[in-house]
Amino acid sequence: MIRYTVKRLLLGAVALFTVAILTFFLMFLVPGGPFLSEKTPTKATLAALEKKYGLDQPVIVQFKNYIINAVQGDFGPSMKQRGRNVKDIIGERFPVSAKLGGISVLLSLALGIPLGCIAALKRGKWTDNTILVVTTIGIAVPSFVTSIVLMYILGLKLGWLPTFGIEKVSGYVMPVMALSFYPTAYITRLMRSSMLDVLGQDYMRTAKAKGLSPALCLFKHALRNAIGPIVTYLGPALAFTLTGSFVVENIFTIPGLGNSFVSSITNRDYTMIMGTTIFLAALLIFFNIISDIANKLIDQRIQLN
Amino acid sequence: MKNLKKMLTIAMILALAISVAACASAPPAGDVSSAPAVSEPAPDDNSAEEPAAPPAASGNELNVCVGPNPDTIDPALNSSVDGATLIIHAFEGLYTLDENGTPIPGQAESVDVSEDGLVYTFHLRDGLAFSDGTPVTAQTFVDSWLRAINPETAADYAYMFESIAGYGEAVGDGTADFNPDAFQAVAVDEKTLEVHLVARTPYFLELTAFPTFSPVPIHVIDAEGEAWATKAETYIGNGPYKVTEWTPSAKIVMEKNESYWNFAALGPDKINFALIEDDMTQLTSYEAGELDFIDAIPQDEIDRVSAQPDYHKEGQLGTYYVSYNVTAAPFDNPLVRQAFTLAVDRDYIVTNIGKSGQVPAGAFVPIGLTDADPAKEFRSVGGDYYDPTAAGNEANLAKAKELLTEAGYPDGQGLPSITYVYNEGTGHQSIGEALQQMWGELGVTVSLESQEWATFLNTRKNGEYQVARNGWLGDYNDPISFLDMWITDGGNNDAQWSNTQYDEFISKIKNSGDQAERMQLMHEAEDVIFGEWMLCPIYYYVDIYMQKSALDGSVWASPLGYKYFMYAEKK
Repeated sequence: MIRYTVKRLLLGAVALFTVAILTFFLMFLVPGGPFLSEKTPTKATLAALEKKYGLDQPVIVQFKNYIINAVQGDFGPSMKQRGRNVKDIIGERFPVSAKLGGISVLLSLALGIPLGCIAALKRGKWTDNTILVVTTIGIAVPSFVTSIVLMYILGLKLGWLPTFGIEKVSGYVMPVMALSFYPTAYITRLMRSSMLDVLGQDYMRTAKAKGLSPALCLFKHALRNAIGPIVTYLGPALAFTLTGSFVVENIFTIPGLGNSFVSSITNRDYTMIMGTTIFLAALLIFFNIISDIANKLIDQRIQLN
Repeated sequence: MKNLKKMLTIAMILALAISVAACASAPPAGDVSSAPAVSEPAPDDNSAEEPAAPPAASGNELNVCVGPNPDTIDPALNSSVDGATLIIHAFEGLYTLDENGTPIPGQAESVDVSEDGLVYTFHLRDGLAFSDGTPVTAQTFVDSWLRAINPETAADYAYMFESIAGYGEAVGDGTADFNPDAFQAVAVDEKTLEVHLVARTPYFLELTAFPTFSPVPIHVIDAEGEAWATKAETYIGNGPYKVTEWTPSAKIVMEKNESYWNFAALGPDKINFALIEDDMTQLTSYEAGELDFIDAIPQDEIDRVSAQPDYHKEGQLGTYYVSYNVTAAPFDNPLVRQAFTLAVDRDYIVTNIGKSGQVPAGAFVPIGLTDADPAKEFRSVGGDYYDPTAAGNEANLAKAKELLTEAGYPDGQGLPSITYVYNEGTGHQSIGEALQQMWGELGVTVSLESQEWATFLNTRKNGEYQVARNGWLGDYNDPISFLDMWITDGGNNDAQWSNTQYDEFISKIKNSGDQAERMQLMHEAEDVIFGEWMLCPIYYYVDIYMQKSALDGSVWASPLGYKYFMYAEKK
């Protein structure tokens, strides 16, 4: 187990480095730069800016400098948000997104797992059908639609909830709903099919035949074996949810990390692009390893290799 | 199972319907220059019939939104309009602007101008101080201005100081070291600032009200570096309000500054600037009563809200135009450029696409700028170079067809393929489609290409296009702010145009001290632009915003689009 973890971590580091190389060089292939605007700065100003941020050097030198600094934990200054460091921006914004995302994931699990089980147990009945319809909508409708509909009804028409900001606890309600609709639906469906699969297994029939109570059957034997796909899904899902959603954060004015991903690219804020990409990649790798290990702990049949 | 299929179908249809509805009202991506509106005919929305929402803030508090999180609110570094609005609340220059856009004394109590107009002697008020108690002296201004022009600061707006003598020598050509001693803004004593100008600059007092000219707390900047302007504790200003809280991408809170000289006259105790990115959210929050003022209106909603009393429209110094790349065929031929310019039905664009009261443009320098005679507008003296109204369309089109024939392309035959490039956004796209249609009347086939913003800027700057959308917002109330950009190799000369006669005019204007002569030269310079038809004006911008009627009369907008909330009063 320890050997496996170390191996995965080492592979993860290699993957991370590859991501860094690809992002860095692809980034410079995209036309435009961080200092252009509708009003182009004078040539002297542009030259001064490029010098200041080291963009006057060959790309390969820039990459070398970047990696050396990054390894020491210095991700450089943002090129668009003057006076702010990439590390500070991520450090300030990630907790906001993570809190919101964490609540959403927990809510999705709390709703999705029981709903999936119920749907599987009541297969073909109206409960199952209703759950299927609702989850189909949940998977099909993008979060910006959910957000706008929620804001229109709960914020504007009924006036129950604030339309921007998360200073008050009530500010969390709409963003959390918007963020958890999709994962709840997805987890429900995943749980349902995985549960159906397990329920049809021979060992379940044996357990039932041996006279175990339905509740014991379900919780002791079925759930434990059916939860695997959820754990696998949770790895990447956590990484993405915790780092925030561009759409939901923009619509509800949440000072999270989500919109930094997209805006750094549209701004050509090179250091921010690198910082956010590496951060997300690291989280993804980390959570994937965790979910693989968790799966092994839950289901001893899985071979780690 | 049959039942399930049926339910699923219904659900799918429902989901689709919701998506379509939401797409229709999804906010379009715009750019800094106010984009024109595009909209379907107004839906019969019942929210307009609802009683007006109660005032958003209780007590003496104002909740406004002038834009999303600013990249910077360092007075020297900012170049955005929303950033400027924040800065003029936290800082004040020697002069400031009143509700008519006229410069009135700010930190300076008075000014003596020498007879030749070249020396301005500012007398500062007594007891000026930053919000941390540090005095503001004449030297503070000198130091702040030197910081703004220092190439190491790399400020976009450094060139705003070029009318001050010694600017060129101080900044150098980028190879020599910065030479602050050459710059001729001098602190005579603590309260007297003497500024020498290169030439008579009629708009100089207005410049001193521009955010870049604000005094900044050098004592804090020395310790904190550029980071001083990123947090409330170190963002020390001398303006009517002080920043007490800044959560990036959430809000900036400002409270009255006790050390401000005119503290007693100030309006709200607290101004909350919500930093909302999405303009649909801005409008929703406004209509839900959470905001008293918003500076952006989603294009699809303009039709619905423009009849409401809360809707405001102000002139803005700016022109939406089409750039020809004069080095790319067929636009290297002035006859073709003139034909394309004349074939545009501007009235259609402003009425059916813009919809917020933009003015069809018959020239490049917009309305709202004064001429030599302060009672007259530059535009009315200069007149239009063609009739931009609906009445002129027929004759213009006929002339355009003649010109195209004269250029050797009768009915557009023989023209190379033409692509119109614009940046993403519903408004720009609709205008592109309209132009495609209008130029089609000349027999020309034009294809459209949409580009992502940063790519588009690059394309335009490098002249990698034939014809492209463009826009320009002026920096101060003088036509030179619009004409200066077309000098050979100018940073914003996207047309890649070069004309020696024009360059001479601009250099003469900049060194002329006589207002009548300057204006005359500027009219002649504009004549050169339209002698060569190097661009195609579409309309003059307007600034639109929503404001609760209780604030009417106490909040105003400058022609540059800055909003003044410091004397706001809820009736």
